[in-house]
Amino acid sequence: MHYRQFLLRRLAQILPTLLGLLVLIFLISRVMPGDPVRLALGPEATREQIEAYQQKLGLDRSLPAQFVHYLGGVARGEFGESIRTYRDVRLDLLDFLPATVELVLAALGLAVLVGVPLGVLAAVYQNRWLDNLTRLVAVPGVAMPRFWVGILLQVGLAYQLGLFPLVGRATRPPQKLTGLHLLDAALTGDGAAFLDSALHLALPALTLALPTLAQLARITRASMIDVLRRQFMLVHRAYGVPPARLVWRFGLRNGLTSILTLVGMTYGALIENAFLVEVVFSWPGISAYGAAAVVAKDFNAVVGVTLVVGVSFILANVLVDVLYGVVDPRVRHH
Amino acid sequence: MASSTPGSAITELALPRRDLAGVRVRPGARRWLRRLLRNPLSIAGAAIVLGLLTCALLPQLLAPFPEDAGPSVHFDRTHQPPSRAHWFGTDEVGRDIFSRAVFGARVSLVLAVVVLAIALGIGIPAGLVGGYWNGTAASAVIMRVTDVFLSVPPLALALAAAAAFRPDIWSAMVAISFTWWPWYTRLVYGEVLAKREEPFVEAARALGQRDLSIAVKQILPNVVSPIVIKATLDVSFVILLGSSLSFLGVGAQEPTPDWGAMVARGRTFLPVHWWMSTMPGLVIFVAVMGFNLLGDALRDALDVWE
Repeated sequence: MHYRQFLLRRLAQILPTLLGLLVLIFLISRVMPGDPVRLALGPEATREQIEAYQQKLGLDRSLPAQFVHYLGGVARGEFGESIRTYRDVRLDLLDFLPATVELVLAALGLAVLVGVPLGVLAAVYQNRWLDNLTRLVAVPGVAMPRFWVGILLQVGLAYQLGLFPLVGRATRPPQKLTGLHLLDAALTGDGAAFLDSALHLALPALTLALPTLAQLARITRASMIDVLRRQFMLVHRAYGVPPARLVWRFGLRNGLTSILTLVGMTYGALIENAFLVEVVFSWPGISAYGAAAVVAKDFNAVVGVTLVVGVSFILANVLVDVLYGVVDPRVRHH
Repeated sequence: MASSTPGSAITELALPRRDLAGVRVRPGARRWLRRLLRNPLSIAGAAIVLGLLTCALLPQLLAPFPEDAGPSVHFDRTHQPPSRAHWFGTDEVGRDIFSRAVFGARVSLVLAVVVLAIALGIGIPAGLVGGYWNGTAASAVIMRVTDVFLSVPPLALALAAAAAFRPDIWSAMVAISFTWWPWYTRLVYGEVLAKREEPFVEAARALGQRDLSIAVKQILPNVVSPIVIKATLDVSFVILLGSSLSFLGVGAQEPTPDWGAMVARGRTFLPVHWWMSTMPGLVIFVAVMGFNLLGDALRDALDVWE
């Protein structure tokens, strides 16, 4: 199959998955037991109040009618009002999304930029101390609940040593442009705000990244060991390619496909663990917002957050498939 | 099998060529066990799992203060740091955290068993139908539904599902099962698809066996081992997910001695009373690690075996 054809087919697959996701979320919020109206109004509500509220939410209509109404709302980006914040869920999402994007991107960057080189070095210096160290961290790394890692870092580095702030995103946020603090501070040239935001971001990002980083290092190691053994590497060495260039240019390029697969899966792990990390560090992102919404049975907000998370996950998977073609020319020309 | 003879297998390790007096083990199974227990990490994993099972079965015997599993109160010993009397310290109403952690093993293991039972109960038949009757409308529907479930990360989906229920341990089980079955459907589907083309299936068909009987009696027994391996490894992930849900407040609630709920509650008293959160967290880590090591060992042993 031609690469372009493959891409088109892959993009076309987004639609049914997205529609399925919408149906799934609709079913969760409307068909499952639990009464959002009673929860919103409290036990004291009269029958009239309940009926009026049901009418307002459209819950008095038939399920198919409700579904059409819901699809229309989602298409316009309207999720209704939050019963917890009394605000439009869309506005809430827009307010809280940048913090999560910043956190997840920082963690992803940390995991890839540290994990991949670490894995390459572990492969080159196989069974030496660096290799053993990554193994020592990677195996228990997956078993550690992230909320626990977060609490340990919080108690140790923030409270005992006072190196980082305990919770929150900034004591003095930069002027808002994109909502991404580091970027905004850099754009406005606000050095103090940049440092402040970076210090606040450090522990949550590290907590989120650490187990993933370790896993990424292990996969990279395995992939690189396989590549370094191949014959073309020997040929390049015979041609006098310097060792560093040999490893980083020719070796890593060839090991990248399997690393990329893991980076794709990594995104899912990061976005879901953000729920835990944001709660631990009181990080004002959509995951902490979503977690609070779930506890409060704030269904409109739950629908909004689940949809944002699901869509970003679907798109990340597509992006990984597209990137296969970029890193591996054989995929493009086959 | 694996749980009843590890002791004898260790003896066997020490005396590799001698027969085990009094213990009847099939030669194949014995080799399999030896392989399983060659690695010290596997032994550690097995020991942790054994310890957890003991805690889950006999918490009253192992917990120094069994009454603390429930809503008891001791105002004379609140917020005590870890000591010889209270290994993990005490909480804000003076309950012994170690005792609660021991009882917590039962909560977590029951959660894992129930979730896996539901996930297997839905996942295996769905995967069997999807794989054996691949190409039919039923199969297409099953596999598309599976894809949709897999398009949301498990914790996010479980959270959304949990929103629909009262917050308790049973809701957490239902919510996690809700996200977990598609992984088994996917696995069984792939395995069945491969096995469907093998000669023994063709032979069964030639003998006039009906499709349902071929699928259940011929193919299913042949795809059991990857399912068992995945289920063993999944115990750890389910425990992790369950504790995450209760940490976020939608799983088990006070006074249930649930590890995740204990971490969440202890967080209110951070950073001064650090043990209230970190000790139950440590227990989760050790438990998950134990099942991970055992699952890995089981996978390696079964892989080599095949």
